[in-house]
Amino acid sequence: MDMILDGILKALCLLVTLDAEVRDITLLSLAVSSSATLVSLVVGVTVATAVALTEFPGKRLLISLINTGMGLPPVVVGLFVSIMLWRNGPFGFLGILYTPLAMVIAQALIATPIVTGVSLAALQHLPKDLRLQILALGATRRQMVWILMKEARLPLLAAAMAGFGGVISEVGASIMVGGNIKGYTRVLTTATVMETGRGNFEVAIALSVILLLVAFAVNACLTWIQQRRRPR
Amino acid sequence: MGTRRGAVLIITIIIAAAGAAFYLHRPAPRDLILATTTSLQDSGLLDVLVPLFEAKTGRRLKTVAVGSGQALALGKRGEADVLLVHSPEAEEAFMSQGHGSERLPVMTNDFLVVGPPSDPAGVGGSPSAAAAFQRIARARALFVSRGDASGTHARERTLWAAAGINPEGERWYQQTGLGMGQTLGVASEKGGYTLTDRGTFLTLGKNLGLKILGEGDHLLVNTYSVIIVNPEKSRNIDTQGARAFAAFLTEAETQGIIGRFGVERYGAPLFSPCGAYGTPQR
Repeated sequence: MDMILDGILKALCLLVTLDAEVRDITLLSLAVSSSATLVSLVVGVTVATAVALTEFPGKRLLISLINTGMGLPPVVVGLFVSIMLWRNGPFGFLGILYTPLAMVIAQALIATPIVTGVSLAALQHLPKDLRLQILALGATRRQMVWILMKEARLPLLAAAMAGFGGVISEVGASIMVGGNIKGYTRVLTTATVMETGRGNFEVAIALSVILLLVAFAVNACLTWIQQRRRPR
Repeated sequence: MGTRRGAVLIITIIIAAAGAAFYLHRPAPRDLILATTTSLQDSGLLDVLVPLFEAKTGRRLKTVAVGSGQALALGKRGEADVLLVHSPEAEEAFMSQGHGSERLPVMTNDFLVVGPPSDPAGVGGSPSAAAAFQRIARARALFVSRGDASGTHARERTLWAAAGINPEGERWYQQTGLGMGQTLGVASEKGGYTLTDRGTFLTLGKNLGLKILGEGDHLLVNTYSVIIVNPEKSRNIDTQGARAFAAFLTEAETQGIIGRFGVERYGAPLFSPCGAYGTPQR
C-alpha cells in the first residue's frame, strides 16, 4: 500500500516540477495516439458509412470481420507491422521502423476496426425510414450522409473515444515497432513496462497515474463536445 | 445546409493528421540500430553510454533492448548494425556462420544463484554452481527459469548440462518467458531459486525477498561482447557506424566509465571492463 501512495506522490511531484523527460514522454503518447485515432476516424467512419448505406452480397461476413477486428491483439499488429517495416521487409525502403510514425501506423491499424465497428453499429441503428424521408425532402446523397452523421454524432464520438482508449493504453505494438527508445519513441505505456522491469515501482505507478490522467482529460474533452448540445 | 461545414471539418482533420504525421516523422540521417539485452537497459548503463556516443559522433543510436537470442536473430537478418550481447556459445555460432564481421569483449560481471533466505534445498555453500543446481533438483525445489533464449537463459542451460540434469518438463521447473527483473519478482513471490546477473539483482535487490546462495564459479562469469554485423548480410548495414560504436565501447575513456558505473548507487561497480581491446575473460 505504501508503494501505491508513494507512486501517487511521485506522480504529483513529477507533474508539479514538470519533469522534462516525463513531459516529453506524455506529449509523445498524446501525439502518437491522437494521430492514430484521427487516421482511424477518417478511414473508419468512411468505411462504416459505405457499408451501412449500401447492400451487397457478403455484407454480413464483412461486418463480422470488422467486429472481430475490434478485438485485434496489439502484439499481433505489432509483429505484423514490424515484419513489414523491417529493413529487408517489403516496406523496409521507407526506413521508418523504430520511429513514432511506425507507432502511429500500428496504432491506427488497432483503432480502425474499433472505430469502424462502433460507427457502423451507430449508423445501422438509425431508423431506416429516416434515410427515405431525407431523400424525399429533396436532399442530395451527400447531404443525406451528412445529416445521418449528425444524427449519429453521439455514438460517433463514442467511437472516437473507444479508438483513442484502445491505443493510448496499448503497449504490445508500441514496444515492438517503436522499440521504447529513450527520448524518441518512449511513451507512457512502454516506459511503465520498463520501469517495472527495473524495479522502480514508484516511478511505474507514477507513470500509470499520469496515463490515467491523460486518458481522462482527453475523454472529458470528447464527452464535453458530445454532450454540449443534447439532441432533442 | 451543413454540408460545406462538414467538408471543411473533414479537410481540417485530414490536414491535421498529415501535419501530425509529418511532425512525428522528422527524417533523420540513417540511424544506427543497436540490438542489446534488457539487462543492460534495466541496469541504466545504456542511458549513460548512448548519449555520450551520440554527442561524440553526432549519430543517432537507436537502442532496441531485447533478449540476447532475439538480438542475435535480428543481427542474422541484418535488421541491426551492431549487437551488445552476453551469450558466448550462441555468439560463437553466430560468428562461425559468418553473420558477424568482428566480435570484441567489452565488460564482464557475474551470474548469481539466488533463492529464498530459508534455502530449503540447502544450496548455500555448494562447492560449485553445478553442485548448487544438483541440490535444487534433488530437493525438487522450485526453480524459476527465464525460458526466453536470453543470455542468462543460455547460461542456465549450460549449468544444467554441467550438473547432468535435464529439468525440462519437471514440475519444480517453471519458465516465465519474461525479462530478468520480472523473473526475479516471480522467484521472490513464489519462494523459488533462479539464476540472475549481478547487475539486475543489485538494481532490484531492495524489493526482493531473495538471497545470494552461489557465486564466484568460473561458469558464472558473464561476458558482454560487441559484435559488428557482417555488412555482406544486407546492403542496409552501416558498418562504419557499427565500427565507431565498437571502438567507442572499447576505448580507454569509455572503459573507465563502465568500470565506475554503479559505484555511487550501489557502493560497488556493476561491471568490470575488459580493458581497451582486452582479451576475453572466460
